This record gives sequence, C-alpha cells and structure tokens, in this order.
Amino acid sequence: MSDSVITKIHELLVSRQISCTELTKKYLDAAHLENGELNAYVKMTDDTALSAAKAVDEKIARGEEIGMLAGVPMTLKDNISTKNIETTCCSKILEGYRPIYDAFVWELLQNEGAVLLGKTNMDEFAMGSSCETSCFGGARNPHNINHVAGGSSGGGASAVGGNIAAFALGSDTGGSIRQPAAFCGVVGLKPTYGAVSRYGLIAYASSFDQIGPITKSVRDAAIVFDAISKKDVNDQTSGGARETTADKLGKSIEGITIGIAHEYFDGVRDDVKSALESAVREYEKMGAKIEYIHMPIIKYALPAYYILACAEASSNLGRYDGVRYGYRTDSFKTFHEMACKTRSEGFGEEVKRRILLGTYVLSSGYYDAYYKKAQNMRGAIIKAFNEALSQCDVLLAPTVPMTAFPNGFTGANAVETYLTDICTVPLNICGLPGISIPCGTGEDGLPIGMQLIGGAFSEAKLLNIAYQFERETSHFTDTGRGVEL
Amino acid sequence: MKEYELVSGLETHVELSTKTKIFCSCTTRFGDEPNTHCCPVCIGLPGTMPLLNRQVVRYAIMAGLATHCEIAEIAKMDRKNYVYPDLPKAYQISQYDKPLCQNGYIELSSGKRIRILRIHIEEDAGKLVHERGNTYVDYNRGGVPLIEIVSEPDIRSIDEAIEYVEKLQLIMKYIGVSDCKMQEGSLRCDVNISVREKGAEEFGTRTEIKNMNSFTFIQKAMQYEFDRQVDLIESGESVVQETRRFDTSTGETSPMRSKEDAHDYRYFREPDLVTIKTSKEEVEKIRSMLPELPDAKIARYVSEYGISETDAAIIAKYRRVAEFFDAVAEKVKKPKTCANFIITQIFRRLPTEEQKEQFDIRVSADSMIALIKLTEDGKINNNIAKSTLDKMLESGKTPDELIDPSSLGGMDENALREICEKVIADNEKAVSDIRGGKAAAFGALVGGVMKATRGSADAQLATKILHELVGV
Repeated sequence: MSDSVITKIHELLVSRQISCTELTKKYLDAAHLENGELNAYVKMTDDTALSAAKAVDEKIARGEEIGMLAGVPMTLKDNISTKNIETTCCSKILEGYRPIYDAFVWELLQNEGAVLLGKTNMDEFAMGSSCETSCFGGARNPHNINHVAGGSSGGGASAVGGNIAAFALGSDTGGSIRQPAAFCGVVGLKPTYGAVSRYGLIAYASSFDQIGPITKSVRDAAIVFDAISKKDVNDQTSGGARETTADKLGKSIEGITIGIAHEYFDGVRDDVKSALESAVREYEKMGAKIEYIHMPIIKYALPAYYILACAEASSNLGRYDGVRYGYRTDSFKTFHEMACKTRSEGFGEEVKRRILLGTYVLSSGYYDAYYKKAQNMRGAIIKAFNEALSQCDVLLAPTVPMTAFPNGFTGANAVETYLTDICTVPLNICGLPGISIPCGTGEDGLPIGMQLIGGAFSEAKLLNIAYQFERETSHFTDTGRGVEL
Repeated sequence: MKEYELVSGLETHVELSTKTKIFCSCTTRFGDEPNTHCCPVCIGLPGTMPLLNRQVVRYAIMAGLATHCEIAEIAKMDRKNYVYPDLPKAYQISQYDKPLCQNGYIELSSGKRIRILRIHIEEDAGKLVHERGNTYVDYNRGGVPLIEIVSEPDIRSIDEAIEYVEKLQLIMKYIGVSDCKMQEGSLRCDVNISVREKGAEEFGTRTEIKNMNSFTFIQKAMQYEFDRQVDLIESGESVVQETRRFDTSTGETSPMRSKEDAHDYRYFREPDLVTIKTSKEEVEKIRSMLPELPDAKIARYVSEYGISETDAAIIAKYRRVAEFFDAVAEKVKKPKTCANFIITQIFRRLPTEEQKEQFDIRVSADSMIALIKLTEDGKINNNIAKSTLDKMLESGKTPDELIDPSSLGGMDENALREICEKVIADNEKAVSDIRGGKAAAFGALVGGVMKATRGSADAQLATKILHELVGV
C-alpha cells in the first residue's frame, strides 16, 4: 500500500501541523542536498516556491478552504513553459530562453496553489530513453545512482522517487513518463491523447506528445490528472477529460477482463517476466479474468513511431535558428550560415540524428516509402488496439523489457536503446492511456514496472484497476532519500 | 519568321480583411510600428499552437463561390517546411492536396473563361526590412490570412492577364473579403509564363516571376520575359525552368538566388489542427449572403434600365456606387437620369479611384430619389435639377430645402402656353425671321420663355409650344 503523498500533505497543512512555508523549505533543502547526486533538477526556483507557499499559508490563516493541490511542492519538466522562468528542454539551443507565457497546465496548477520547486532534467527535447542526452548530464536513479533515472522525464521520476518533490509533471511521446516511472519505482500516467492540453509544451512530436503526472501513488496520479485535464480552447487537438477519476477509486474490480498480448513479452528479461507473472496472479486473486491474446502488429509500432515522430520533430524543431531567442552562433556572414552553425552547435547528437531521420522520411522520393507507409501502419495499429480493448477492460504488459540501464549504456547503443521502447510506444501511436506502477524488484535490486493500458478516455477505470493492485501489494521501496512526512 | 504564342497562368495571393489573423487574435491592421501586432502564436514561440479563425474559412468560401468553384466538404491544413528569417516556425501552415475550393473560372469580357484550378487558405509570413546596411524582420504580417488563387495556364496575352487580375480584384473587393491594395501588398501575383510556336500543342518550359504588385510591372515583366524566351528559342537555346525576379529599375527579369528556391517542402498534415468540415447548408447560407456581382449588375442595368454597357460598367465597378444606384433605380421611372448624374456631376467631385470607392457624398439615396421624381413629374427642368444637385452635394440639404417653391411646379401647360404667346407677341422681329427661314432665331424665343419663367420652364415643352404657335 502506498500512501498518497498529496493527501498526507493536505492533511498536515489543513490541520496546521506544519506550515506550507516550513514544508516547502524542507523540500527545498532536501532537493539542494540530494541534487548533487541525483541531478534531478536543472533549475531550482526557491523564491517562486516560497512566495507561493506564503500565499497558501495566508489563505489557511484566513480560515479559507484550500484545494487538494494547494501548497503541494512539485516540479515541472523543463519542456513545459513557465513564464519568466528559464525553460530550456535541456538543450544548449534554448539556453537563456524565458517564455513570456505559461503553459496551460501550469496555469491550472498555479490556480490550485501548487508550489513549484524547480524545473526537472530531461533528455534534450524529450528525445531519449535515459535522460543522458540532456545538456546538463543525465538524472540518476534514486535507488542506485550508477543507473539512469530513465527518459525522457528522468528528472521528474528521480525527484519523486527520491522524495524531493511530492509530484512531477512529465511528458510522454514514446514512453517518456512511463519508462522513467518504472525505472525509479514510482507511478507514471500517460493520459489519452487530447485529455490534457499541449499548449505550452515545447513540441517534440505533435501527434504523440502528452503531459502527465509522475507520483508516489495511484491516488496522487488521479488527483493531479483531474486537475490538469481541463479543456483548453487554445489547443484544438484537446477536449479535456470526460470525467474525474480520484472520486472513483476503490470500486471492486471483480469480473474485469485483463488482456495479455504475448508479443509484449518477447525479449523481456526473465526477472521482469516473472514479476509480471506474479502481478497477473495477484489480479486473478482479486477476481479478474485473464485473457491471452495475440497482437502481432505490435512489432511494427516501433518503426512506425520513429518514422512519424522524427518526421514531426524535424518540422517542430525547424524554428530554432538563432533569430528570435535562445542560442545564436558567434560568427557568420549570411542568414543561412547563422542558422546552420547555430543548429550544429546548439543541438546535441541525438536531436540531430532524429532531425535528419525525420527530414529524410518526409523528403520527396521517400515520402511514400516511409512516411505514408508509417501513417497507414498507424491506422492499422489503432484498429488492432481498439479491437483488443473491445474485448478486455485493460491490457497488461511490462513497461520496459529490463530495469534501469547503467549510466552511459545508451550513448554507446543507440539502436538497441530505441528497441527498449517497444512496450511503451504502441500507446503513443494509438493515443491511448497507459499507467506504469511498481510491481517488483529486479535481480539487480532495481524497480520493475508494470503497464496497464486502457481504451480512450477510460482513465477512471484504468486508475482504479491500478489502484486496487497497489492496495493489495507492497512494491514501493523507499530510497531513504529526501523528505519524510 | 516564326510566330510565337504566350502561355501564362497566375498564382494570386490575396490578403483577407478579417479583423484578426488566421491562427491567433492579433489584429491584421496594416502600417503600424514593427512587431506590435504579434503574440506567442504568430511568432511561433516554442510550445504554442495555432487556432483556426473560422471567419477565414468563410471568406475563402465566399471567394470560391464568387468564382464558381466547388467547395470541399472536408479540407485539411498542411505544413510547408522551409527556412527563412521571415517564417518564424520554419514552416508555413497552408493547404497542399485538399484545398478548400476547386475548379472555378473568371470570365473575361471576350467571353473567354480563365479556369481557376484551386483556392486555398494559408498564413502570410513576416516582412524583411533592409535599412542602414542591416536586415530586420517585422512579424506584424506574419499570420495574416491569405487565399492563394491558382489559375490554369489559359492566358494567351498580356491583356488577358491584366484583365484577369483586374476582374479578380474587383470581385474580391465586391464581396468584401479583401481591399486588394496592390501597393500595400494585399494582392500579389506570381506570373508563370512560357512561349511556344503558334499552333503547337505542347507547352514550352515555363518560368515564374514572383511577387508582382502592380499592373504596370506585370505588363513590363511579362513582355520582357516573353521576348527573352523567344530570343533564347530562336537562338537555339532552351529556356531554364526557374524562378525569376523583376527588377523595377531595369525592367528586366533575372534568376532569383537559389536559396529562395526551396523545391522540397516536405508537406505533411498539420497535426495541431483538426479537419476543416463545411456542410452543404453552410455553403448555401454563405452563397445567399453574397452580394450581386459586377457582371450580373452590368447585365441587369443594361437589360432592365436601358443603361449603356459602358455606363453600367462604370457604375458597377464601385460597390458603394452600385448600391446607391440600385437604391435609387428601383424607386424612379428613369434610372438613366441617376446614372448620368453619377457619372457626370458626382464623379467630377470624386476624381480619384479611392474617392469613387468610398463614394462619400452628402447626398442620400432618398434625396436623389426626391430630386429625380421632381424632374419626372415635370416640376423642375433639367437645368434646375443640375444646379440643385450641385447645391445638394455642397450642402447636404434635400431638394425640398433647396428649391424655391415659386420655381417649383404649378407650371402647367396652359400657363406655359400663355407665356409663350406673350413672348411671341413681344418678339415680332424674331418671329418674322423664323417664318422667313432663319431657324436660328428660334433660340431667342426659347430664351425669352426661360427668362420669363426665371429658368424654371420645361424647355422642351416650351419649344414644342412655340413651334406650334409660330407655325413652323
């Protein structure tokens, strides 16, 4: 059973056992202390945090009611725009860039009274699976700092796992919330595409990106999801969630059908496989029906993803030319030279790799063979998942075929790293929601994550099914770091 | 000596006069300080997303209907990727393969139709400003909505090209979707031109002359390019397919530097916008709100009101003039009178095109109707009508307020006859001159009647009566 950190904090504040300012100071001190090892934060926003905390304390002093998220110390991934606070996507090309507007989700959380402790580390422009492509160096796994926190939302997962933030917002384009959550032994939710506004999220791949919560417990994920899944008129591709989720946790899951696709377990490490198998038996004990299905199309999700996501990325990242903001090269004679040198100097290897790949698959002569084919494949994968989910309530799968990589592994093994996204990527292709929750510990002592996949806009059901598992088991291992409440 | 034929098609960009830009709520107003009409969306700041302004779609549909196009029920937006400092996102959101309108035409005065292949919507880029040895970017124009009207290569002469653009401009202004001011850049043309031997079936290689923003330049550029291509072919060389720029000072076209030739735009569907759906009902509703177009007006004026085609064309050319005329014509017996008044007296006071467009006069349709009715009822004659109109234009007063009641009506035929008899009696010499064959003396008699009536008599009627009385 994992505690809801948010609920605990709310109770402490409302019962005046601790002031928000004291609580925030605790988190800030812990963050400053741990960050040397974890490198979870790329920027601490102490002043912002303390003034937000003060406002909450004043509200409490006036006897006013406060919401669940008021006064809760949290973080934002550094690709979420924060007005006047440097937002870099952990890339040299955006060094010094301060947005002049807030991302919609950040506006919502500020209205709730959330306290921003800082911006967290990520793979550069969210491209990566280890956080190591960050220009600030990777975030480390709070369970073992010789291993990565995962990517691309590594900083957020590390901070939550290390108890130096009560919750984090990350973004998930190919697994970037779920994978680091699995690696760091915390909960990560990728909402349905369109449930959460993308306005203000610095784009990597527009038809894949989604913002979601990284938390210590499923209830926390539900609370945060409810707060951020409001309709935003500025994002035509989002409509918000259809129902709240936190109030629906606890319903019995007896009789639900859980689908297990064989293909998800290809190439999965043995200890991960057996942790998943135990989880399945756990669900059976709770009265769930297990259905074994085949989804051979899953193996096409990865190439389709890399073709489509990189294509969109090559277009989304075209704007970084040094003209209006961010890094600009020192010497140049023409605009063309300035743009080329700025991008060559400002972008890291992985970003360049994906921009080149994306440009290639869109170029005339290759468009049909790659991009168009991948689009068609996308349609077929969506269909397959909709069929599977018409027969099952949820699907169950590993989040990652292994536990957290050792530091430096991905840099030397680019393609192999891409292949590890195999379990997470299909959901981004389909736009379906997925949650990763801890379900065991690997032979190396590192956390193992289990993934639950639901139909579109079924977060309430999905979260409940995850919640029940969490309630019956105890797979949260404490890292011994950070704030103890 | 071989004879060569010019073949041309035009791509015309028209800036739509919606209040706000196509993807954000910045104003589209022209001419203010640089970078004062911008927001995170139109500067393409990281994390921003476009929001389609539905009014842009409506205006584009109006343009399509006014040029006889089919309107797509389903259309989408695409990204056109290329790098240039005036394009902040490094892509232009445009339409590639599913444009909003297709298969229309513009009919020239010769009856020939220039077919319109498609009309699509897109955003404009910012503007580069070169001064003091530096280049600056002004993003005010970035995000202003454009429609791009692409014609088939049906044009066969420079005159046809000019007429096509003039007609396009007139129609767009008429339906109110653009002010089409070439000098402000709200209408610009890219001219595609090739040559071939007269009678040949295949097209020659074409070149494109970009960003023509005046009729004179279009004419000069096309002539230069036609001559240049003919020269090349005659001397055995071939025309290179390329984009060229017209130098207004030298009158020549020259190839544009290659960096502006981004051939591969890597089009793909804009993922931040949803499909544009337009129901048949909405299209019909928009169609019903379109004003009567100039060609239809001209035809109607000629057939219903007996106005000459030339005069009808002049009136129909300016929407406000036509509206004024329409309001008057339906209430009077002789609309021709109004047409004359407009073309002579009123237009004399509105010498520029701009003034005619604005048609800011102090005479209301009702006043004009009243004035004309007075002439039709015989209460005042043409001279008085003209001078009254002048006074109306000066003062803004109505005919009632201006005309001296004593010179108004009451001049029935009997009273006039009496006056004529008196004038004849007083001018014996003139009368005998007339009877003796000197027809010119008649004028003196008419003059006498006009003097006696202080100019208010109906001269025609007086003349008739005098003729009777004199017996000649």
